[in-house]
Order: sequence, then structure tokens, then C-alpha cells
Amino acid sequence: MGTTETRSENSSRLDRRLLLERLSSYWLVGAGLFAVALFGLIVLTLVQRSLPVVAEHSLLEMVTSANWDPAADEFGFLPAIVGTIYVTALSMAMGTPIALLAAIYIAEYAEGRTKVLISSFIDLLAAIPSVIFGLVGLIVVVPFVGDYLAPAVGAHSIGLGIVTVSLVMAIIVTPFMISLSVESLEALPDELRESSLGVGATKWETIRTVLLRAAGPGIFSAILLGFGRVFGATIVPAMLIGGQTAIPESPFDAGQTLPTLIVNDFGELMSIPLTQSALILVGLMLLVIVWLFNFGAMLVRRRLQRRWQY
Amino acid sequence: MDRYTEQRLFGLLARASAALVLAVLALVVGVTLYRGGRVFVTDPAVALTPPGSRYMLDGGGGFFHAVLGSIYIVVPATVVASILAISTAIYLQSDYSSERTSDVINMFLNVLWGTPPIVYGVFVLTLIIAAGAQTSLIFGTVAIAIFQYPIMTRYADEALRSAPDTVREASYGLGATRFETARMTVRAALPGVIAGIIMGFARGIGDAATVLFTAGRSTQMPGGPFDSATTLPILIFEQASSFNAEVRSHAYAASFVLIVAVLGLILVSKLLAGRFARFAPGGRHS
Amino acid sequence: MTDDTAIRTDDLEVTYTGNRDVTALDGVSVAFDENKLTAIIGPSGCGKSTLLKSLNRLHEIQPNAEIDGEVYLGDEAIYDTDEPLPEIRRRVGYVPQTPTALPLSIYNNVAYGAKIHGDYSRAELDDLVERYLRKVNLWDEVKDRLEDPGAELSTGQIQRLCLARSLAVEPEVLLCDEVTSALDPISAEQVEETLENLKEEYTIVMVTHSMDQAKRLADDVIFLYLGELVEASDTRSFFENPQHERTREFVKGHTAVDYDDEPSEEAATDEPPVASR
Repeated sequence: MGTTETRSENSSRLDRRLLLERLSSYWLVGAGLFAVALFGLIVLTLVQRSLPVVAEHSLLEMVTSANWDPAADEFGFLPAIVGTIYVTALSMAMGTPIALLAAIYIAEYAEGRTKVLISSFIDLLAAIPSVIFGLVGLIVVVPFVGDYLAPAVGAHSIGLGIVTVSLVMAIIVTPFMISLSVESLEALPDELRESSLGVGATKWETIRTVLLRAAGPGIFSAILLGFGRVFGATIVPAMLIGGQTAIPESPFDAGQTLPTLIVNDFGELMSIPLTQSALILVGLMLLVIVWLFNFGAMLVRRRLQRRWQY
Repeated sequence: MDRYTEQRLFGLLARASAALVLAVLALVVGVTLYRGGRVFVTDPAVALTPPGSRYMLDGGGGFFHAVLGSIYIVVPATVVASILAISTAIYLQSDYSSERTSDVINMFLNVLWGTPPIVYGVFVLTLIIAAGAQTSLIFGTVAIAIFQYPIMTRYADEALRSAPDTVREASYGLGATRFETARMTVRAALPGVIAGIIMGFARGIGDAATVLFTAGRSTQMPGGPFDSATTLPILIFEQASSFNAEVRSHAYAASFVLIVAVLGLILVSKLLAGRFARFAPGGRHS
Repeated sequence: MTDDTAIRTDDLEVTYTGNRDVTALDGVSVAFDENKLTAIIGPSGCGKSTLLKSLNRLHEIQPNAEIDGEVYLGDEAIYDTDEPLPEIRRRVGYVPQTPTALPLSIYNNVAYGAKIHGDYSRAELDDLVERYLRKVNLWDEVKDRLEDPGAELSTGQIQRLCLARSLAVEPEVLLCDEVTSALDPISAEQVEETLENLKEEYTIVMVTHSMDQAKRLADDVIFLYLGELVEASDTRSFFENPQHERTREFVKGHTAVDYDDEPSEEAATDEPPVASR
């Protein structure tokens, strides 16, 4: 084997490798910046496209007006905002306790095969597309609410409405909150459990006073994640809320949410000036609120971490 | 209430909650499989038959167009999104970016991750209007890819982060370049990376909000990338509350297909992860 | 410096920057002879690993390492040079402390380095893999399962696989970072035997926390204390006739206990401070 020949062959190979190294690093820097660029582009586009409606009607006016009638140049978001708050609050009120208790069961009570099996089933539940929940909601939950639940509490309901959406959304967010809460509970060191049990606390006291606090920041993130999902949910509310433009008077009424406003009006009312802009503004509002929540969550999490550190 | 009663009560509640969640899962899967299964019994080829000419009115033919549309939209989207996601995840590792840079990028990724899919739909539709184009298959692909990107990036980043540092050291120690080492790290983290890609695929194929007004809600077989198309979730969304029982039954059958596909994908991802774990460094011994 | 010096450092200074800067090496000048095995010893956190890694610039994968001074491979500087980093690292091989199989088959673990550095035919690769697996006494154990994942071998076998992998790129100097500390006594002995054979044809620099191992294997010994070079001499005079008070104390202190049984906590404490991420 001619040494000089090999060496020159190898050095051209080295040049090729170094070129690939340089080119790939450009690509990777680009990919890293893509996340930032994508976010920037989305915000810029939405802001720019929602300016026309903000120029004509003040934001405050739109947020506080209950009158949504694009044909008459009226863009009141209030009914949709009320509906969104209703749905979010109800589903979180139903979903959170169940999710927490189920997470406690999986992390602290279940053992061995049972635990693995239940965790896998929860993961499956989290992966089912929401449109399927919507369909099952139509088949099962709508008649349940219309024929049993509403009469039982003395209300009238056609089955579609805020309660129905909230029930189904509670089901959808539960598995997400469970898996994250289980993760943070399981990450806790056994010493915490032992120290608490060691001073004579019962298992439940240990869970309530020690473990839930130590895992607090993680559980808080889990709840917040669930919150974000209910808040921006589109398909299930669009299928089950029954679409009406007035402000709902009772949770058994039909209504609308910010995302369903977009779904219902986008195709049909595109020809009316400013409608497009108003709906894009709704999209921007969704984005900004999620953003604010992420930011607020970060601050709260930091506080909790300091306060409940172990 | 004395403390032992409280302890028993909450133990019971915890058990009951877990049971309730499982019961709901059984109900959802059961109802979907039963209602969809019944349609397949009477019309086994419904998923592979092209739609009739008055499909939305009488449900003539089948929903092959939505099955194909889903595949044509989500497969390319997954390919694009996973390439971007893995690249971003590599960039986030310490060989390529400083800690501060990766923190900032992670912050943006978190916001993207929590952004409701409908916002991506609105964003892409805005682009379509700005470009003076028509809603079509290709824009559905773009919207789904944007939706999948932060999901996959998070999985890939987590997987790469948990790959042992010694793989990097060993690779550099042999004179590998940064890029060659990154490829080795990806290999070491492959089970997690693949699980992330499949998760992204499953989320993409199940999402309706992103494609609802970007892909075009077609009722015909998909043509080229610039023709309008539809997907299974859109089909289910549009037909679930139809007054025509025949049309509605297609929504049930489509849900059957979708749920089997999604659950199957997750099963495949678990099996694949197990296979690749053989090669993971220290997999069997640590 | 003598003619048979393979690699040497010149006033090498390494600092890990952070909340509080840590000087890991403080002006170390030392030479390593060709075809000898040199052991670097010293108490925990004295900069042993840093010195080793700086010989092929591997510490640079820590983002917060700053270096001053120079290392010469033969007559060539490896810091102030146009030679690309991968080539330097090929010429000075490194075997990590933790036995680490790359996520590849046994065959490709050995062939990996060779494949990225040169164009080999399949037959040449077969030949190369066999040659180096034999060199580390692993061939007979794995010849029937070359396509199995490297990670499925025992830790002792993986460590020898790592040696074969490093040797297969034909380095001029081989760096071994406490290569037996993560192994059980029997595997450690096998790896030591392998090193014993290898030192005939390779320049090996080895970090060890075991004084016995240094005595058994090394031709020369270097003693570091708090980032400074205290003593460097051949093994015999190092142990029998140490020149410095500090060395005497260290050697004496260590012969009093059975330091082979010392837990390898060093791995945890010897690591440079890295900003958590």
C-alpha cells in the first residue's frame, strides 16, 4: 500500500467530511432558528391581518359587545368569550379532581402489572383523536344530557350545549393531566415518603401534605396543560355546543366559544368585509392568551418550586 | 372524620377515579368499534370505494377519498416535520448552541407546543389568501407539518438529552466530526426519536382543526397537490351530525378506521422502540 | 525532552469558567515517551482527566473550558495549527472511562472509525475488524456474533471493544481514562492484560486511581497535585525513591490502605463543573 497515495486520498476525504460538517452546521443553525422564525411569522401575519378590524372598532368595544352580526358590521366577541370561560371552567372543575385522584392511584397505590397496564391505557386514551370523542359525544353524551341530566336538575336542554361540551372536554384532558402528574409524583425520592410515614403519618396524609406539595410544580404544569387544551379546543365544541349567538343564560344552553366562532363563520362570511379580519383577530387572541398563560405559569412554577422545595 | 376513615375514603376515591377513566376509555373505544363495525358488516368495502356524485346528500359510494387524502397529506407532512424536528433538536444540544440560545428557542417551542391547532389553520389560511391561492392538499400538508413540528421536536430533544454523554466522548475520541457525532447520538437515542415521530404522525392524522379550512373539504378523489382534498377527521366532523343515516354511518365507519390506525401506530411505536433498544448503549446492562 | 518523546505539553493551563472559575491545570509541562505506558496519578480533582483530555482537545466539548499553552504531537502543535480537529483526534485516540458501545453492531463498532476516516473495501474492513479484535483478545469471544449489538456484550467485553475501536483508526497515541474503574476485578484483569500487550507497540497514556495498577502496568508515572505537576519519572524510581515530599506522602498514604477497593467516586468528583442544562 503506497503510503503517500493513501495519505492524499485520505486528505481529500477529510476535506469532504469537513465540508459536510460546515454545510450541516448551517442547516442545523437554520433549523434551530426555524422555531423562532415560525412563531414570529405567525404573530406578524395574524397581527397584520387583524389590523383592519381593529382600525374600525376598538378592541374594548368588540370584547364587551354581545352583538355578533358581521352583515351589519357588528363584531361582538362577548358571547364567545363567555362560552369559552364557561366551557373551560366546567371541564377543568370536573376533570382536575378526577385526574389528580387517578394519578395518585397510579403513582402511589397501583403496583406491578396493574400499574403498567393502566398507564398504557391512559396513554391510549390520550392518543385518540378529539373528533372521535366528538362523535361518541353525539351518540352517547347528547342523549344523556338531553334526556336524563337536564330533566333531573330541572333544566331544559336539547342535548347540545355547554354542559355537553364540558363533559366531553373533561374526558379529553384527563389523560394528559394524569400522565404528567404521575411523572412528577414518581420523580419524588422515596426518602420523602419514608420520612413522613416514619413520623406516623398515614399514607393519605403523606400524599396530601408532603407528596402533592413536593410534586406541586409538576402537577401545576399538568393542570395548565389541560387548561390550554380545553381553551383552544375546536372540533368538540364545534360538534356539540349547538351554535347560538346570544350570551348563554344557563350551562344547559347552547352557545359558542372563540374557536367555534372561527369554524362556523370562516367559510361562509368571507365575502363580507372585515369578517375575515375579525376572525383572524380571534386566532390572535387565542395565541396571545396561551402565550400569557405560559409566561404566568413559568412565574408561578418558580414560586412554587421555592416555596415547596425539599 | 378521623384520620383512618379519611385515609380509607381517599384511597377508595383514587381507585374509583382510575376505574372511571378506564371505563370511559372502554366506552369510547367500544362505541366507536361497535358502531363502525356494524357499517363494515353491511358494506365491507366502504373505506375503499370512491364517493358518489351526490356524496354529501345521499352518502352514495364510500369514503376512499378521505382515506387517501389523509395519507397524502399526513405522510409528507410527517416526513418534513420530522426532518426539521430532529435538526432543531440536534441544534438544541450543547455541541451546537449555548445554554442561553437553547433556552430561548425552547421558550418559543413551548409556546408553539401549547398553541391551539385552530390557530395554525387560521395562519395557513391567511397565507393562502395572501398568496391568492386555493385551499388544497399541499396547504393541508403545510398546516399539519407546522402542527407536528413542536410535538416531534420535544420528543426528539428529550431523547437526545437522555442519550449517554459517553457516546459523544467516544465518537469524538475517534476523530469524528461534530456532525458525525450528532448522527451517532441520534442513533443512540433512536427509540425515543422514533416514538416521537410516530406520536407526531398519530396526532397529525387525527387532527381536524388544522386542515378544516386549508385542505379544501373535497368530496372527490384527491387529484394533484394543488387540488382540494379531505381527510378522515374532516369527514367525521362534517358527517357526524348529518340528518341522513347513510351519510352518518360513514362517519362511524371512518372513526373505526381512524381509531384502529391510531391505536395500531402506538402499538407499532412501542414494538419498534423495543427493537431499537437492543442497540442502545448500556441498554441491557445498566 | 528526549528524541523518543511522542507527545508533550508545554505550560498547559486549563480553566473551567462558571460562577466560580476552576483552574484544573496550572502550567503543566510534561513529556510522554514513545511506546511506553505512562500512568497519571494523583488525588481526586487534581486535573488527571483534564490533562488526558487536553492531549486530544476532547475537553473542548465542555463549552466552558479555556486553555492556554500548547501540546506538541511529535513536533507539531495541536492547538495552534491548521490541522482539522477530527484528524488530531484520530491521531490521538481516546478510550472513555465508562465502557460505551456505540449504538451499532459489534462489527461496526470496530469499523466505525475506520469507515469515517478512509475508504475501505468490505474485505479490508473484515480484515481490520478481525485484526483489532484479536489484538484486544476479544475475537474468540465474539467471532460468531459480530452482527449483534455491541451493547449486548458484558461491560468488560465492551471496554475491550472500545480499545479495539480506538486502535482501528491507527492512532499514534492512545489515551485511557481509568479504563478499569467501572469493571469487576476479573474483567479489569483482562483489560490490564490487553494493555500490557499493547504497550509494546503503542504510546499509551493512562489515568488511574489505583497505585497498584500504576505499579503493575506503567513504565513511567506522572503525579499531579491540585493542577500542578509534582513529579514525573520512571515507575521504579517513582515508587522506590520519590524526589518530593508530597509524592512520598501520597505513595505512603496509599500503600497503607488497600486502594484497589477504593470506590470510584472519583468519576463524580473529578468531573469539571458543568453548567446544568
